[in-house]
Amino acid sequence: MNILLILIPVSIILGAFGLCAFLWTLRSGQYDDAKGSAARMLLDDDEPDGEDPKDQERS
Amino acid sequence: MAAACPGCAAAPTAIEHDKVHAAPALVLSIPTIHCAACIGKVERKLNAMPEVEDARVNLSLKQVSVHGNDLDSDTIVSALKSVGYDAYPLDLAYLETRQDSVGRNLLVRLAVAGFAMMNVMLFSVAIWSGATETTRDLFHLISATISLPAVLYCGQPFFSSAWTALRVRGLNMDVPISLAILLATGMSLYEVMNGGKHAYFDAALSLTFFLLIGRYLDHHTRSSVRSAAKQLAALEVHTAQRLENGMAVKTAVSSLGVGDRLLIPSGVRVPVDGTLDSPKALSDRSFLTGESAAIALTSGQRVQAGEINLGAPFEMTATAVGNDTTLRRVASLVEMAENSRNSYTNLADRAARIYAPVVHLLALVAFVIWVWINGDIRHALNVAVAVLIITCPCALGLAVPAVATAAIGRLYSMGFLVKSGTALERLAEVDIAIFDKTGTLTLSGRAAKLDHLSASQIAIARALAQASDHPVSRGLIAALPSGPVADLTDISENAGNGMQGLYEGNAVRLGRGPWLGASFSGLGLKVGLEDPVALPLQEVPRKGVKTALDGLQALGIPQRMLSGDTHDAVSALAKQLGVEDVQAEISATGKHDYLIQLQQEGHYVLMVGDGLNDTASLAAAHASVAPSTALDASRNAADVVLLRENLDDFPALIRIARATSRLSKQNFAIAVGYNVIAVPIALLGYATPLLAAIAMSVSSITVIANAMRVRFVQ
Repeated sequence: MNILLILIPVSIILGAFGLCAFLWTLRSGQYDDAKGSAARMLLDDDEPDGEDPKDQERS
Repeated sequence: MAAACPGCAAAPTAIEHDKVHAAPALVLSIPTIHCAACIGKVERKLNAMPEVEDARVNLSLKQVSVHGNDLDSDTIVSALKSVGYDAYPLDLAYLETRQDSVGRNLLVRLAVAGFAMMNVMLFSVAIWSGATETTRDLFHLISATISLPAVLYCGQPFFSSAWTALRVRGLNMDVPISLAILLATGMSLYEVMNGGKHAYFDAALSLTFFLLIGRYLDHHTRSSVRSAAKQLAALEVHTAQRLENGMAVKTAVSSLGVGDRLLIPSGVRVPVDGTLDSPKALSDRSFLTGESAAIALTSGQRVQAGEINLGAPFEMTATAVGNDTTLRRVASLVEMAENSRNSYTNLADRAARIYAPVVHLLALVAFVIWVWINGDIRHALNVAVAVLIITCPCALGLAVPAVATAAIGRLYSMGFLVKSGTALERLAEVDIAIFDKTGTLTLSGRAAKLDHLSASQIAIARALAQASDHPVSRGLIAALPSGPVADLTDISENAGNGMQGLYEGNAVRLGRGPWLGASFSGLGLKVGLEDPVALPLQEVPRKGVKTALDGLQALGIPQRMLSGDTHDAVSALAKQLGVEDVQAEISATGKHDYLIQLQQEGHYVLMVGDGLNDTASLAAAHASVAPSTALDASRNAADVVLLRENLDDFPALIRIARATSRLSKQNFAIAVGYNVIAVPIALLGYATPLLAAIAMSVSSITVIANAMRVRFVQ
């Protein structure tokens, strides 16, 4: 049963990692324009200045 | 709010971010934008302009935010027009300064609850499948460490709402919810300390998780509807032409002051109250009075905000601006009156009022009886907690928001902006509909009866009307049968009277009767020396009015028409539409009294109107609808805003509202049904955490699935 001592922390850390990833996507405004993001990948001319997703936070 | 929690930590970053990038100088609404190619076109075009620093399209909101210095909205609008998009500058003051921090906060709590629930569930499954002794205790301990902070953090929306209700000695759905969550956690904690068998951590967390979904859906619907309504308000032109040293300068309406002289172009709405400086003016007051005929004004007479200039451009001096205008004052009165309707108790709270006491009583009785049976307080408390968890209105918390979200989303795509979930419940109850005439059943433009015109007269009328932007001319063009346009020369506008020109050497005129030397007062056409012919103007009913009214009749909702317009105009339209119960020349107070009387007779009245004379009635009615062309005040007072001109789908609004109400009640029934089965088991002391988890998940999922059925209502 000693394996539990490794597996439990690992599972919790993995879960926490997913949670942090979600919070990050939320904070960086990636859900503000879901339709736009879906459409933008079809644009072939990438913005030269490495577009910042946070730009969409303002409306 | 404490910034210590991850939910609030999101907000400061956004603020900091705004400091780095200044807020957009200009936000424009582009209703027709819909695909990747559109984004590309708009952004390429705008970013290529030298004064634009950055332009970014938000496809979900159909808006483009433009950054830069010295931006002129007109040049941007025309630039967008050149790539094929109609854009409308939005008034930034009217748009919410964004920051949907509440929604974000809920999402963060939802995420934390989800994370905690899944981890705890892993341990719970291990325990259910037979972990014993130390392993079980260890798993319980780890579950407790995860659950305690998670429950306290994620449950806050419920705790604070329950506390608000308790403080005023009321009960809402959140009281049993909070009690169940807190007691389940507290009881489980006690059990863990004492090496007990059953812990309800997973139940407490999944309760929180499911209920947060309901809460988020509810919030999301309300905020997206609110932002759509804000956008409608922001779309209105908020600029005026101020005369400075004889020159008309474009100014924001908000910066106008008393004593400013303004130029009001043809067909434009007067922005402030004032007195007329020009010798003559022709004004459309239908928004204020319901009267469809234009009113002639002379110098020195009062002009009110909201009137539309139907004649030549006129000059006026402002006497009241901002919140002092009659329009604003009435609007604020309406806002106050509207609060009275807030006393409407929605379905969920009504259910809670019956449900909450029963649940609490049941748990208490279970506790007392079990203490009496075997004197084991710990066991009795366990049973009581199990009862509370199983009866906890998880499905109830989802029942209404899930249906309302689905219904409001569906209605929005049909062109109805439903401003609140309770609006649907109230709409479902209406049993009589009152319609305003001008601007509601009819369009604000007018058309002419033209059967008696010859082909050449039609061609001349078309040529003259095309040269003018006047609303009457535009209405006339729409009404004229298609055909050739006469070749005219020397076309000019005679301010306030009409258009004139030369046709094959003869003078031709289109305009007011007296100006043509005719005996009638309305619009007429005069060719050379022939007698002038009248072009009697007539209101055009909206498209689909007949279908809408017949549809309502079929739903068992009789209609009445109340209008401030003359008897002749009202009865003509009533006959055309087949409405029997009609009242004409009725004032704003008259409409309001009529409506109040109907309501006192026990009717649930639906009011449909657009003018300032309707706002009081819109606010007082059980449910109300206003077209998007209505005044700000009326739109604010109404529950539903019609985004399309066509009224065909109007009966569908009522049908969907009724279906929403029906499905919500079904959802309650399903939730109660589960309880009827599970509660006796809990009362007898046979409930296990596994049973609680299954009952909760299954009922929640059933309720959501049932809610989705609203999408299939015809």
